[in-house]
Amino acid sequence: MTEKYNMPDTRGHFGPYGGMFVAETLIPPIQELNAAYQRYLKDPEFISELDADLQHYVGRPSPLYYAERWSRELGGAQIYLKREDLNHTGSHKINNTVGQALLAKRMGKTRIIAETGAGQHGVATATVAARLGLECVVYMGAVDVARQSLNVYRMKLLGATVVAVESGSKTLKDALNEALRDWVTNVDNTFYIIGTVAGPHPYPAMVRDFQAVIGREAKQQCLDMAGKLPDALVACVGGGSNAIGLFYPFIEDESVRLIGVEAAGDGIASGHHSAPLCAGRPGVLHGNRTYLMADDDGEIIETHSISAGLDYPGVGPEHAWLKDTGRAEYVNITDNEALEGFYALTRMEGIIPALESAHAMAYTMKLAPTMRKDEMIVVNLSGRGDKDMQTMAKREGIEL
Amino acid sequence: MSRLAAKFEELGKLGRKALIPFVTAGDPTPDFTLPLMHEMVEAGVDVIELGVPFSDPMADGPVIQRASERALAHKMSLTKTLALAAEFRKTNQQTPVVLMGYLNPIEAMGYEGFANAAQRADIDGVLTVDLPPEEGEHCAALLKEREIDTIFLLAPNSTDERITKMSKLGSGYLYYVSLKGVTGAGHLNAADVENKLKQIKAITALPVGIGFGVKDAETAQIIAGLGDGVVVGSALISKIENNLDDLDRAKSEIIGLLSAMRQAMDN
Repeated sequence: MTEKYNMPDTRGHFGPYGGMFVAETLIPPIQELNAAYQRYLKDPEFISELDADLQHYVGRPSPLYYAERWSRELGGAQIYLKREDLNHTGSHKINNTVGQALLAKRMGKTRIIAETGAGQHGVATATVAARLGLECVVYMGAVDVARQSLNVYRMKLLGATVVAVESGSKTLKDALNEALRDWVTNVDNTFYIIGTVAGPHPYPAMVRDFQAVIGREAKQQCLDMAGKLPDALVACVGGGSNAIGLFYPFIEDESVRLIGVEAAGDGIASGHHSAPLCAGRPGVLHGNRTYLMADDDGEIIETHSISAGLDYPGVGPEHAWLKDTGRAEYVNITDNEALEGFYALTRMEGIIPALESAHAMAYTMKLAPTMRKDEMIVVNLSGRGDKDMQTMAKREGIEL
Repeated sequence: MSRLAAKFEELGKLGRKALIPFVTAGDPTPDFTLPLMHEMVEAGVDVIELGVPFSDPMADGPVIQRASERALAHKMSLTKTLALAAEFRKTNQQTPVVLMGYLNPIEAMGYEGFANAAQRADIDGVLTVDLPPEEGEHCAALLKEREIDTIFLLAPNSTDERITKMSKLGSGYLYYVSLKGVTGAGHLNAADVENKLKQIKAITALPVGIGFGVKDAETAQIIAGLGDGVVVGSALISKIENNLDDLDRAKSEIIGLLSAMRQAMDN
């Protein structure tokens, strides 16, 4: 199935997953968006403007860094880090917001909305909105507003209005609900920049295409630095945008293992986790069919993760498809293991990762020792840990 | 002929418009809804839309969101909503009941399992907010085999092409969402609704119910003049929310509002 991979189909289906499950009022704007996306994706002028922004504003290409000391310490495969943490605003999220903002501009939209969990996507959206002079409203669960206050302040500095969402579990899924409600109310002038590879078609494919720059660069960098393709790719998966961005250009390279790391929170057995691919079931939420955390009645279950960016009950439909076909593997890492990954990278390589990315680091610590020294792992360091300083200090009993 | 088609035919002969209340099943408690349904029928409603509580009601405003939360706090579910409808049907064989909700509870039950359960409960129509015709053909076919109508939403920005699609795949009635927004949002604009209804009526022979933004007897009267039915939801549920400490009063205020609407619509 991966020899010629051309998912999704024209209606946004990845096998049984994906699709366009939205209320009628959203169908026209989604069709309008899809038409614009299909058109500009092939427009040389659009592509060159996007490439210029990625180079001069985002700071791409991001380095592929050989973590020599950490690799030696772990005693197995050689570990390379794709340094998305070095992008402007501190994570991979800006790759996508730059692209969608250029689309919004061409579509004549004057108002931008977004949902955010950890605040990285909110910051990346507020950033591009400021640059283009567009009104920006960011929806964020009240729980996340409290645990990511630094990012809330950054968004406000950038001129965005941050709305704390008090409904449901007051986290990312509820922020997405509220953003959809805003969109349905203001469809005429508003562009909804979804931050992950979820939502109705064309979002999963469009966000993937904007994030695929990660994998394209990584592939070339592997060839340049090591003269070969890596043996495994590792990335954390919440909604799954950094993972799909890294995986996508490698899907047809069957020798490369694709490993997505979900958040196991207090452990899968505890039920307090955010691992729908590992422990969920297929269903429909937020416009697409995918694996979800839901109970027997189909009600969405509240999720848990130490990292706000992974605290989501769904996952991009393409990951659901890659799981079912066996092309990608999905594993999980608990809060405590993620913390070990966080400290290890910080002290071994002098790089403080975001708690989301720390899940990928923690799994790499398990994986690398099981591989040979001539084998190679590329880990997506999707974001930097600055935003998590308060959370970490608090855990250590330190008042900042 | 389905119970919904018969009802609209009967109303047409009488020159009356359908009054269609929406209440969330199990709000604020599982015991509250069944007697309320019967009393609403006595107050003159023609069709009942029974909301299936869902944890993530994306198209609903805060009033119906909280109704879902109250019902879910009592473990209300699709299965229990179907049981409630079946109970209602034991003593009322005339009033059509339409289930309105989101897709995931149906996904969890399985489409075929749901269609069978809906048939056993003698449900007349199903409106699934996040199941547009593009994704909903299979489910609509399973329901149709069991003589259950699939009701689709139409919006102010629906094109001729989409109205045609809904008209072909849908049955019973079409539900026109009178404004861009969520349930219980601001006031609707009667002139806009009138223009859109002309466009819709030129395409479909199905009855058209109009909802979102119907707050009082006056709006109900205006809307009744534009379509075939008036759907009222958030305005009723507000009565529950405002009287959680006195549910008899909540019920009497709901009945009072519906009676006033009925009277205004029939004038």
